[in-house]
Amino acid sequence: MSDLVVVDYGIGNLRSAQKAFEAIGVSATLTSDRTTIGNASAVVLPGVGAYGRCVEALASEGLTETLRECLSLGTPFLGICVGFQLLYEASEESPGALGLGVFEGTVRRLSSSVKVPQMQWNRLHTEGPLATNLLAGLEEDPWVYFVHSFAPPVGEETVATCDYGGKVAALARRGTTVGAQFHPEKSGPVGLKILENFVAQAKGDLPWN
Amino acid sequence: MRAPRVIPCLDVHDGRVVKGINFLDLIDAGDPVELARRYDHEGADELVFLDITATSDNRATMIKVVEMTAETVFIPLTVGGGVRSVEDARQLLRAGADKVSVNSAAVSDQFLVQRLADEFGRQCVVVAVDAKSREGGYEVVTHGGRQRTGIDLKQWLQRVDHLGAGEILLTSMDRDGTRSGYDLELLQLATTTVSVPVIASGGVGTLSDLVDGVRLGGADAVLAASIFHSGEFRIDEAKEAMSDAGLNVRPSPYPRTR
Repeated sequence: MSDLVVVDYGIGNLRSAQKAFEAIGVSATLTSDRTTIGNASAVVLPGVGAYGRCVEALASEGLTETLRECLSLGTPFLGICVGFQLLYEASEESPGALGLGVFEGTVRRLSSSVKVPQMQWNRLHTEGPLATNLLAGLEEDPWVYFVHSFAPPVGEETVATCDYGGKVAALARRGTTVGAQFHPEKSGPVGLKILENFVAQAKGDLPWN
Repeated sequence: MRAPRVIPCLDVHDGRVVKGINFLDLIDAGDPVELARRYDHEGADELVFLDITATSDNRATMIKVVEMTAETVFIPLTVGGGVRSVEDARQLLRAGADKVSVNSAAVSDQFLVQRLADEFGRQCVVVAVDAKSREGGYEVVTHGGRQRTGIDLKQWLQRVDHLGAGEILLTSMDRDGTRSGYDLELLQLATTTVSVPVIASGGVGTLSDLVDGVRLGGADAVLAASIFHSGEFRIDEAKEAMSDAGLNVRPSPYPRTR
């Protein structure tokens, strides 16, 4: 697959996502160009820092509508960390900032019974009525790396959670849209396998569920 | 569930990993990229590179090392040593670092922490704090412990937490290089003062020191250098010891090779 894009909107360390795809033999283009993103066969949306700042950065690059179109057309889509949270409607972190809204609900702060941010490796537990092949080929309850203070609600689209002061939404999917609260590009061989599965799904080599 | 991290620290000088006590008697301990790969295989949860010379010549070498590491090892990488500005940090992050660590510059330029957090997000900003005991508490020191600052540790921790530190890398300069275990009192002081994760550093001699750092000191992560570089203990052995002590740690994701 030659036209996987990593959306470059001036937020965070995008090179690590690009390098992780390169490590599994997939060339990934870092771009903020609307046409390139609109024509991509798969879109990866990373994100770190504050929700509101990411929402603003997408808007100021003129990318909000482009991404909404990709999502409504069913272009395989992977949101990572705040990029995952952006798939929801809003976040407690930045009241008034509107997300892409493909998943329902508001991103909320992690439980105050645990240390926030969660900055550690944690295990994924599969959940919910929607199966996923994103974890195909991995051992049960694989360890992945999280850095976050907020998380989306656990909903119908949630396919895996981790335990951190209660169940935390870690991986979600509806159709060809997926989101990971953890960082697959920083989760060692487990994370690379998840990216490989996403690419295989986007290419049609692996069913989504 | 809480899962303490194990972090090997690689002191880098002229593109090589070195070890020594308090920056003296440096001994070559290998190629950083090779060591990073080995530690990743053994189950290191993160890596820390410290550029211990941090001259401008060396900076270019360090950036190469970071680039090569980030192409082969896919776990979080913190890089520090001589980071004095947002621009310094940007260079390292662009090369593939996930977090930057600031130490002396945070003391001489207090708003550096805030500027870094505003620019890259708190999760990118590790504040390294070197502490030495003094009557009635601890004092912040810089330049490998040679320079006293007169700043009270507890106040400093509150301040950098407030300014935007994402994590504290706390080194006991009294224990560093002694192999007598972490300063648990110091750790407790830090972990009960700040809201962000605390990485324990300085003094590890045995694997039970790692367990104590988490269990008694309240550390979120344990950092060590010489016990790993010398080959005395492997990361997976450290993880096993921690797991045997009842801590929830991530095992190596690779099959054991030797």
